[in-house]
Amino acid sequence: MSSVFDSLSRFYASSIGKKILVALTGLVMLGFVLGHMIGNLLIFAGKDAINEYGHLLQTALHGGGVWIARIGLLAAVVLHIVATIQLTKANRAARKDAYGKHKAQVSSKSSHIMIWSGLTILAFIIYPLLHFTVRVGNDYASYQTTLHGETVHDVYRMVIAGFSWAPASIFYLIAMALLCSHLSHGFSSLFQTLGISTDKTEPLFKKAGYAFAGLIFAGNATIVLSIWLFGYGR
Amino acid sequence: MSQLNLHLKVWRQNAGQPGHFQDIEAPEIPDHASFLEMMDIVNDRLISNGQEPVAFDHDCREGICGMCSMQINGVPHGPEKATTTCQLHMRKFRTGDTIWVEPFRAKAFPVIKDLVVNRGAFDRIQQAGGFISVRTGAPQDANALPIGKVVADAAMDAAACIGCGACVAACKNASAMLFVSAKAGQLNVLPQGQPEKDRRTLGMVRQMDKEGFGNCTNQYECEAACPKEISVRWITKLNRDYAVAAVKEALGNSPKVAGGGD
Repeated sequence: MSSVFDSLSRFYASSIGKKILVALTGLVMLGFVLGHMIGNLLIFAGKDAINEYGHLLQTALHGGGVWIARIGLLAAVVLHIVATIQLTKANRAARKDAYGKHKAQVSSKSSHIMIWSGLTILAFIIYPLLHFTVRVGNDYASYQTTLHGETVHDVYRMVIAGFSWAPASIFYLIAMALLCSHLSHGFSSLFQTLGISTDKTEPLFKKAGYAFAGLIFAGNATIVLSIWLFGYGR
Repeated sequence: MSQLNLHLKVWRQNAGQPGHFQDIEAPEIPDHASFLEMMDIVNDRLISNGQEPVAFDHDCREGICGMCSMQINGVPHGPEKATTTCQLHMRKFRTGDTIWVEPFRAKAFPVIKDLVVNRGAFDRIQQAGGFISVRTGAPQDANALPIGKVVADAAMDAAACIGCGACVAACKNASAMLFVSAKAGQLNVLPQGQPEKDRRTLGMVRQMDKEGFGNCTNQYECEAACPKEISVRWITKLNRDYAVAAVKEALGNSPKVAGGGD
């Protein structure tokens, strides 16, 4: 048993081991980001659709499903961030004296600011959790509606109320722009780190990454903009 | 033949001491000179003026030894694609240009003097697994071990690495992944490299980490800077080989250490 633990800690201690962990946890979050957006787009399918979806998430596995998902995602987020901070510190230490002149030839701007886009996204994850999940500083918890004769939480009204407030909408749009930037490098990068990319598939992963990042931005921004600027649902 | 009048900003440093850029005027440089020949001319003039010449690494001057280094205008080996500093010609510059000349910068490549850095870390990585163990005595027939064309070509591509360190110099993290992946991959694709594959991969990656190189962030600046155009697909392979070797090790299938005279 201790030899397995030794191997695990040795794997984590290595540069490639940490990167593989970052790639795998990144993959988990990619899945979440996509599912989260698709779920939220139900707001355009009407009040009952999104409320039913919200109720389903809350009651899956007798209310345990949502906690399994939360704990899993929390673990992924923590591992992703701790490992990347350690990697970034090592990267900084690997070149103490800066070049007088240094020219990047092929790398994208997004790929240079991954740690900053990532940490800013973290701040923006905490905000909606407080806003919509813990419901701090608002009375969203008291929003109730009836669905098939049952009293459930009124997700629809909460989202409409949330994004009718300009600062919240602006916050979300900035977060989505940074997420888009982060995904544009992260998506194809994870296939390289997991040892999957080939000369044929690399350009496809790159394009798929840009498309995915654009899709996530467009999908989420549509919700915010249609409520905030175009008064959807009000 | 036309001549160039150049302004150089050259890094001057003694080991263990802080360095600085020195402005050096380089008038009347023939445009058919290589970059190293330009440095020779500059040094000749410095010496005849009683000044200390600029120390720089060089050896074969035909692009195959990997000795010449220098970050030229922010790019290892200068602006030309797939070209070492010795093969870079002054006709690629214009008269009146200011040229920044710096050493390859990485914690794992300490400056010895001026533009000369100690790339011994690469040797230690090689010693940690970049070889195959063979019995002494007469070599076997060259065609006793058939190797497919695709594999042979791939191994040859990786073997083109001259170990110059441009990949480390170009990487914002000073990562040595392109070098290590080429050296490990070259042997890991060949049948001769199979018995020690896992041991090689783990050993070389661990030595790389120990030397204080940074981590790869998949930006591929190394590939763009490599004078031998080593592909980042070797890094993909190293990531894969490392994961497999680490899992095997975790399952108690610890790689045998080669040698021991058995």
